Amino acid sequence: MEYRKDFPMLNQEGKNFVYLDNSATTLKPSCVIDEVTRYLSTCSVNVHRGDYDLSYQVSQEYEAVRNTVARFINAASPKEIVYTHGTTEALNIIAYGMGGFLKEGDVILTDIAEHASSVLPWFRVAKEKGASIEYIPLDEQGRITVENFQKAMHLGVKYVCIAHVGNVLGYTAPIQEITTIAHNYDALVIVDGAQAIPHRKVDVQALDCDFYTFSAHKMCGPTGVGVLYGKAKYLSQMEPLMLGGGSNARFDACSNVLLKEAPYRFESGTPAIEGVLGMGKAIEYLEKVGMDYIQAKEEKLHNLAIQELSKLDNVILYNPKSDNGIVTFNIKDVFAQDSASFLSTKGVYCRSGNHCAKILVDHLGTPATVRASFYFYNTEEDVMRLVEVCKEANQETCLNIFF
Amino acid sequence: MSLKDNPAMLRSIIMDHYEYPRNHSLTKDETYTSKHMASASCIDDIEVQLKMVDGKVEDIRFDGTACTIATSSTSIMSELLKGRSEEEVKMIMDQYFNMINGQEYDEEILQEAVAFCNVGRQANRIKCATIGWRAIAGLMGIKEYQDE
Repeated sequence: MEYRKDFPMLNQEGKNFVYLDNSATTLKPSCVIDEVTRYLSTCSVNVHRGDYDLSYQVSQEYEAVRNTVARFINAASPKEIVYTHGTTEALNIIAYGMGGFLKEGDVILTDIAEHASSVLPWFRVAKEKGASIEYIPLDEQGRITVENFQKAMHLGVKYVCIAHVGNVLGYTAPIQEITTIAHNYDALVIVDGAQAIPHRKVDVQALDCDFYTFSAHKMCGPTGVGVLYGKAKYLSQMEPLMLGGGSNARFDACSNVLLKEAPYRFESGTPAIEGVLGMGKAIEYLEKVGMDYIQAKEEKLHNLAIQELSKLDNVILYNPKSDNGIVTFNIKDVFAQDSASFLSTKGVYCRSGNHCAKILVDHLGTPATVRASFYFYNTEEDVMRLVEVCKEANQETCLNIFF
Repeated sequence: MSLKDNPAMLRSIIMDHYEYPRNHSLTKDETYTSKHMASASCIDDIEVQLKMVDGKVEDIRFDGTACTIATSSTSIMSELLKGRSEEEVKMIMDQYFNMINGQEYDEEILQEAVAFCNVGRQANRIKCATIGWRAIAGLMGIKEYQDE
């Protein structure tokens, strides 16, 4: 309860909604908003370029966030932290950069529950290089197990691309075990951490993954900024996806280009400076709240939601055993989008989607679902309001919103 | 009482067309033109087919995954436009989009399609109520209503 006061969105007079779309994006605390405003109103100059004190000061602050991020995920060095526009750009940079080393017949191993941002860049690279994509079979629940991963792994696999936490069902993949096995085959592991890092402690050295990516806006930070973590030895080998100002040290009229070292070689163009500063504050804020507290609070909310929703005859739950704050469900005989629209008219904001069509059809037997996703500022009252509104939902009430 | 003032009736029209959508199967007949409608912002993902003969709508077919509003509005449209000339289709579309956009329209012309008269109350669902209509506009080259 005590954290709700930090979020202006939750304290607007006359606005009484329950925000349960935290997997899509999270609300922002005052400290992040204030930091963005401070930059824009007192020091909105460019970084790395100016020969005046203010630019130097902002550059220092901007670079200091690399240390904050490195500490937060326990990276070996801030040089392993690349600022990006978000997880999607980070995953594209990796697919382009590491894709360059693929040869015909090489394999990229992923699974059918992945977000489009994780697999689509590899589809393109695979097509260009004559490589192929293979999928780790999921168990009946839709999980990646160590056993199934081991079976899918072979010497042709060069890269393993998986989400730390899935965005549809919220299952946690056993990353640490996967990296141990993958490294035995000389394959690298690329992790989409967008749904994991806001909700739990992540230690990239303990996971031993080769790349880890995430977005600031899903962890109380601004939109348009995110992080690509990569082990230094791989970052130094990768060609950047984008070229331009900021990434090159020298170039001449004969097209000779000398790129800067990582992480700068991946950061062409003026960056989202206020975004990076805001992300720094968001991380400090989450550290203050405590990642263990956040995880425990979400687990409590999730358990309450499952306990209460499973009492309702008109609700179908798809992931009652999810180990994260994601509840995927449908109202019986109502299409997901119609249910979500109904919930929204009652002030409960969820999301409907065919978040990943194939996994839903194969494992859940439905083309679309409603997703409620919690964050630590949600309360038991929020959960109970979701339950109460679900109780009222049926074909008739869901259609009545149109009359 | 006019149909549009009878919510129970409108709801039953929508439910009927959702549970038993008309013209709800695709054909391999190559004399049909076809348009796939899907967007990242919405679950609706349908294929709409059109057959024109002598300047008239001979047949409209559709299939796919879609919500109640998208399925029922496309089903109703498929019945409403069959047998119509290009000019008539354009005229009916004008009426339908007028209604969706909260402007004056002729209830007589729209028949069962008046079931969507209040869909604009849920602004984000207007695209569901027009998805099939926009597909036909695209296939017939009616610029005002086809997607970019």
